[in-house]
Amino acid sequence: MPETLVFYLLAGLAIGASALVIGQRNPMYSVMLLIASFGALAGLYIQLEAPFVAVAQIIIYAGAIMVLFLFVVMLLNAPQEDAAEWDRLHPLRQPGIARFGAMLGLLLVVQLAWALIRAAEIGAPVGSRSDAAAVSSVREVGRVLFTDYMFAFEATSILILVAMVGAVVLARREDAGEAEGEER
Amino acid sequence: MIPLSDYLIVSAILFAIGTAGVFLRRNLITILLSVEIMLNAVNLTFVAFGRYLGSVDGQIIVFFVMTVAAAEAAVGLAIVIALFRHRESLNPEAFTALKW
Repeated sequence: MPETLVFYLLAGLAIGASALVIGQRNPMYSVMLLIASFGALAGLYIQLEAPFVAVAQIIIYAGAIMVLFLFVVMLLNAPQEDAAEWDRLHPLRQPGIARFGAMLGLLLVVQLAWALIRAAEIGAPVGSRSDAAAVSSVREVGRVLFTDYMFAFEATSILILVAMVGAVVLARREDAGEAEGEER
Repeated sequence: MIPLSDYLIVSAILFAIGTAGVFLRRNLITILLSVEIMLNAVNLTFVAFGRYLGSVDGQIIVFFVMTVAAAEAAVGLAIVIALFRHRESLNPEAFTALKW
């Protein structure tokens, strides 16, 4: 079945690229691999008949957010991670505590696996219960977004505005205000 | 047809990878990237369940998650730039001024 094959291909690509993001020492490669992972996820969204989300994934995530990351990596001339000396000195990296942290991480994986196994009727195929045309239409997404979720949508615009002002204030040089004053 | 559980397993693996990245990596930019991986794992769950239940609400929540992710990236990266100016380092353990 081509559909199943495409799913496993895209899922494998997404997981593999994400794992490599964590494995890289160079943040430049990490950002590039994350873009590949987002592309694979966009493919999964198309398979789930959510074209709006797939396009938004490419435009907003791969297009805007990752370019912002790339910009910062290049701006900071991102130094490679020099973990060795910190690992020796830091109290949280001592073997006992590190083992405890690894155990907590494993616990999370076990919990996720357990929740998946316990969930009922989850083996049913996606879309077997639903009307595909109603879910996949962008018109329906827009209608619900601008009626039922109107308040949340407007609140989102305030959030973006606050984030924009916050980013400008935080990234400003501290002596910028004084320099401006001198010019006047 | 692909069962819903397969999508949820992919999402769980991605979320675990993101969590591991936040805990294991010693680079502020990589930590922020790991947070993005976790947000995407949750997005995949929302879309898969939305398709499964035949409702568009899942896709709309994803839209809001993306907006929050964009705001988080903008403010987070601004903080990273400000921190880098002070210490010339991206190692989170270099910023210990508030540590007791």
